[in-house]
Amino acid sequence: MTTSTAQPTPVDPDPRSRKQVPHNVRTSRKAAWIFAPSLLVSFLFVYVFIGITAYISLSNWKIGTSPNMSLRQPLGATYGELVQEQRFQADIRNVVVFTVIFLLLAILGGLVAALFIHHVAAGKGLFRTVFLLPYALSFIVTGVAWRWIFAPSTGVNEILRNMGIQNPPGWTTDPTILGALNDPSGTDFLKVQLGIPVALLPIIFAAAWQLVGFAMAMYLAGLASIPEEHLEAANVDGANIWQRLRYIVLPQLWPSTITCFVLLLHVALKIFDLVVAMSGSGPGFVTDVPGIYIYNYLTSRYDKASAMAIILLLLTLVVIVPYLVRGYRKERKA
Amino acid sequence: MAVETLEPTTSRAARAARRRPGKRAPKPRSWSIPKTAGGWIILAICSIATLGMLVPVYVIIATALSGNTGAPSFFLAFPDAPSLDAFKGAWTKLHGSLANSLQITIPAALISCFLGSINGYILAKFPFKGSNALFTVLLVGMFIPFQAVIIPVFQFLNMLHLQGSIVGLILVHIIYGIPITTLIFRNYYEGIPSAIIEAAAIDGAGIWKTYFRVMLPLSVPGFVVAGIFQCTNIWNDFLFGFILASPAAWPATVTLNNLIGTTTVNYSELMAGAVLVAAPTVLLYLVLGKFFVGGLTAGAVK
Repeated sequence: MTTSTAQPTPVDPDPRSRKQVPHNVRTSRKAAWIFAPSLLVSFLFVYVFIGITAYISLSNWKIGTSPNMSLRQPLGATYGELVQEQRFQADIRNVVVFTVIFLLLAILGGLVAALFIHHVAAGKGLFRTVFLLPYALSFIVTGVAWRWIFAPSTGVNEILRNMGIQNPPGWTTDPTILGALNDPSGTDFLKVQLGIPVALLPIIFAAAWQLVGFAMAMYLAGLASIPEEHLEAANVDGANIWQRLRYIVLPQLWPSTITCFVLLLHVALKIFDLVVAMSGSGPGFVTDVPGIYIYNYLTSRYDKASAMAIILLLLTLVVIVPYLVRGYRKERKA
Repeated sequence: MAVETLEPTTSRAARAARRRPGKRAPKPRSWSIPKTAGGWIILAICSIATLGMLVPVYVIIATALSGNTGAPSFFLAFPDAPSLDAFKGAWTKLHGSLANSLQITIPAALISCFLGSINGYILAKFPFKGSNALFTVLLVGMFIPFQAVIIPVFQFLNMLHLQGSIVGLILVHIIYGIPITTLIFRNYYEGIPSAIIEAAAIDGAGIWKTYFRVMLPLSVPGFVVAGIFQCTNIWNDFLFGFILASPAAWPATVTLNNLIGTTTVNYSELMAGAVLVAAPTVLLYLVLGKFFVGGLTAGAVK
């Protein structure tokens, strides 16, 4: 529309709509212009920069100070090099193990905490405040505290020794893989033992401690929005506490679960600070994660760092994009 | 003026909007004695779990108070003679970085909140064709791993001769803060009735005049929520500071991490440093907890 005469657009006939400001084409265009700079900057710093990273991952650029933008042949050779690396394979194993156990602990812990705190007779505000407190901390603060808690000679191992456990694990310095599924020989494609690295456990506990309050806050918000009448009706029908939980409370908490799942999953995939503060890469890369891999190669191999960054990005987008699109669709229906 | 007569309605709506993010039920009478055995069990379990959550906090404080011993022999031990000596060492090493963090956090949080407020106002009150889709495109920027953009960001700052500087860090935090602040303010402004915009339009106020004269004065709760969220995020940032800042511009999180030596770790000093780095955000949380929760749930796309 090129006409600049003030032409009132029809008012939205739906009375429930909150967006019923009657504004004309000119205001609408002005609004778009006001929003444009932020959008352009974000477009450059997010989409264009991701594009550049993707290009670098396909190029011959190794050392930061000597750019080499020629494409590496065969195309994607850096990715081929990556997937065969022991360190890369360890990183993928670690990030999967970390994500699964961390999500279970944080989400289940948050749900149970919310259910208890929602029903407690006294001190509700205090309990809620304490559970959410770690969320205000930096991962570095959490990391140094838990590093000390799990320090092999002065930490929880003292308690374990007092309980009669002679050889407690070395925690973040322990190379053991629990429940190893395979025993890689030098010639296999798989160069790492699949299983749960003991060294990751303290880091998982620390992350769960920091974020369980976030899940709790989401679930408390969900619990507060369950209509009282539903529970009363169930009571009248003689439903016991488990039946009420199973058939009324948990289904109503499903949206909170999805939000927690997506937001905590993307935290887990990106985990970096906490691991740096607690252990670094660990013996045999038992606590290495993509974030640290990328950081280590920023000085020597731009192409490899970029390739890993793109893989990490794709892992994140697989979760985030459906979530955002779902939000967008809901918004359109509203 | 039409705007003035609308004032009471609006402030009620604003208050409702302020409450909305927390979605909390009306405050129950805070202290009542449990009436049943089950009630006592719930109270007992909550108390024990809460004490458990506080163990790491206790460990940080107890170790920080252990003075110049280096590190106590057991992590749960409370020092026989508590002293603040470890804080002296930590302060000497950290005060410069704490000042850097402050210089980075405050301008970056203020500017990103202001930009988010303008964007949120446009998206909530003047949606144009495709604005919702563009907003979704913008939101992706909130979730990307920053490693996926760090090389171009680094080169970009080099181009502007801002590499390693505090100004460079501020710029980066502002840009990557726009999606989340826009989201928080859009949700906030949607709770403010559009009638007030219409009234301003009838009075002949344009988009900007309506923003500065009508919306901005109503935005204080939104600014508090977004401001706390941004301050906490930026203060706690490690990745950008670690990779982009030169030693003179290191934020406190980076210097704290560097206190972990390569061979032996002076845990007393490290924990004292942890207390110093954590104090601002923890105080913000304890004093303004309600608004803190507001920002937390705002990050959840509806």
